[in-house]
Amino acid sequence: MNRRARHTKSRVMLGLTYVAAAIATLPLLLILLHLVREGAAYIRPAFFTQMPRPIGEPGGGMANAIVGTLILISIASVIGLPVGIGAGLYLAERRGSLLATTVRFLSDVLNGLPSIVMGIFAWEFLVRPIGHFSALAGGIALGAMMIPLVTRTTEEMVRLVPVSLREAALALGYTRWRMSLTIILRTALPGIVTGALVAIARIAGETAPLLFTALGNQFWSTSLREPIAALPLQIFAYAISPYDTAHGQAWAGALVLILVVLIISVLARFATRSRFQAGSD
Amino acid sequence: MTDATAQLPGAIPPGADRAAAPLRSSLYGDRIYQAVITAFAVFIPLLLILIAISIGIAAWPALSRSGLSFVTGSKWDVAAGEFGAAPAIYGTLVSSAIALILATPLALGVSIFLSEIAPKWLRQPVAFLVDLLAAIPSVVYGLWGVFVLIPLLRDPIGPFLSNTLGLGKTSLFSGPNYGYSMLAAGIILAIMILPFISAVTREILMAVPRSQREAALALGATRWEMIRDAVLPYARSGIIGAIILGLGRALGETMAVTMLIGNRAEISGSLFAPGYTMASLIANEFSEATNDLHLSALMAVGAVLFAVTLLVNAIARWLVWRVTRASR
Repeated sequence: MNRRARHTKSRVMLGLTYVAAAIATLPLLLILLHLVREGAAYIRPAFFTQMPRPIGEPGGGMANAIVGTLILISIASVIGLPVGIGAGLYLAERRGSLLATTVRFLSDVLNGLPSIVMGIFAWEFLVRPIGHFSALAGGIALGAMMIPLVTRTTEEMVRLVPVSLREAALALGYTRWRMSLTIILRTALPGIVTGALVAIARIAGETAPLLFTALGNQFWSTSLREPIAALPLQIFAYAISPYDTAHGQAWAGALVLILVVLIISVLARFATRSRFQAGSD
Repeated sequence: MTDATAQLPGAIPPGADRAAAPLRSSLYGDRIYQAVITAFAVFIPLLLILIAISIGIAAWPALSRSGLSFVTGSKWDVAAGEFGAAPAIYGTLVSSAIALILATPLALGVSIFLSEIAPKWLRQPVAFLVDLLAAIPSVVYGLWGVFVLIPLLRDPIGPFLSNTLGLGKTSLFSGPNYGYSMLAAGIILAIMILPFISAVTREILMAVPRSQREAALALGATRWEMIRDAVLPYARSGIIGAIILGLGRALGETMAVTMLIGNRAEISGSLFAPGYTMASLIANEFSEATNDLHLSALMAVGAVLFAVTLLVNAIARWLVWRVTRASR
């Protein structure tokens, strides 16, 4: 092949990657556009303060589902954050040990576990023995899904803490545990918060683990022992119903859910960025 | 100096008797701390083992009753108590295959664009937009699929494929086209796994040493030849790992697929035909399952799904780790 042909080919192939980038960003824009177009009209104050009407009737809101999702996220965080941060500290401090390597690998495996499998596990383990669906079972299922994400980001962030800080603390006579909890954890905190936010953004929209645990609820309930409503469950129920008004509510619910998730994701991104800039100065 | 140390909590005050008491108590503190974080770390393997055991036990009645025909049998008849999961396994494989075929070239293109070609100001925003795809909840993809993708598949995409391109004569695109189909599930899965494949691939390409690229350019390669002959071969096993990671996601994806695939336990060669995946089978029937055998059969489907994704993820992680370990 002569020189010109090679350069033309190069240009064509590089051009194709531009096309690929354009196509890859297209679905996101299309989905967001459609959500806003279909859902925005239904987002009124009533949507946040009223209970859902019987399916098929126009009007009503998703107050119970919004509160339910917040409760589920809280339960999940109470379980997922301490375990994840603790395990992350272990992985960072015992980097090379056999247990650390095993745990690191298995936490990646757990991260890839289909959410529906987590759902039937939570049902088998928490719903079947007790005999009824509950918010607690749903929250625990979500919490378990948070663990691997929080573990790995905590590990990465703790590793970024300069060795000199550790040495300084130890030289001042700090005990190791005190150094870990006050110096290391505090220095790594912004990064760990980012990891926690990313994990929360991910579980906030999970539906499959809730189908057989939190179940959903048409009524107002904040009890941890009762079935509880959640935004994703409500969207699912409305989406598969045959009524147009329900579809509108589904779009509105999806718009609220995605705004929450996107805001958390963007916050998380900015938190990391400022952290890394501060670190490189 | 002594003033500064005295103010720090936990520091040993100057002149204190260092001999017995503080040292011992600090050792206890360290031991407790170590024990606690080790316990948290051990919790992760324990959780996985617990999941495996409890799903395994719940699946046992159905597995022991049907034996091997559970995965080879193609008849899923709840009333007759006959449970063959082959249609769901087939649907899982086919929908994931469609997703990989569509998503892989795109993800590769985007990753090459972001790591090698894009002007600096464009990198961050494009990477951000692609990554955001991963943040959209599955049920929102399902909603969009039901009201936007499915109508598009009925008309114009379906007729375009079967009539204009003449693919209707092949068995792959034959039969009636209702929209709810293997094809719809495959397309939505492709969009969903794209950010996962491209994020890992990007990281892998960044891990390729500069010297590889410079050597290729110094030998007179064009930029495309540099990518094809120097960068991609070096990153190959890691890219395969990224693709397999995407496969792991696609295999277990539930909500969007359940809403789009049509949920019918049949094996059909046509991509226009409705089907079932293992995940959508569980999501669809679990809450209606009343007899123990049906529940156990669904648990067994979960067990198969668990085992397959475990294997796929383990292979993928190992491949990715092999490439990135050098750059760490």
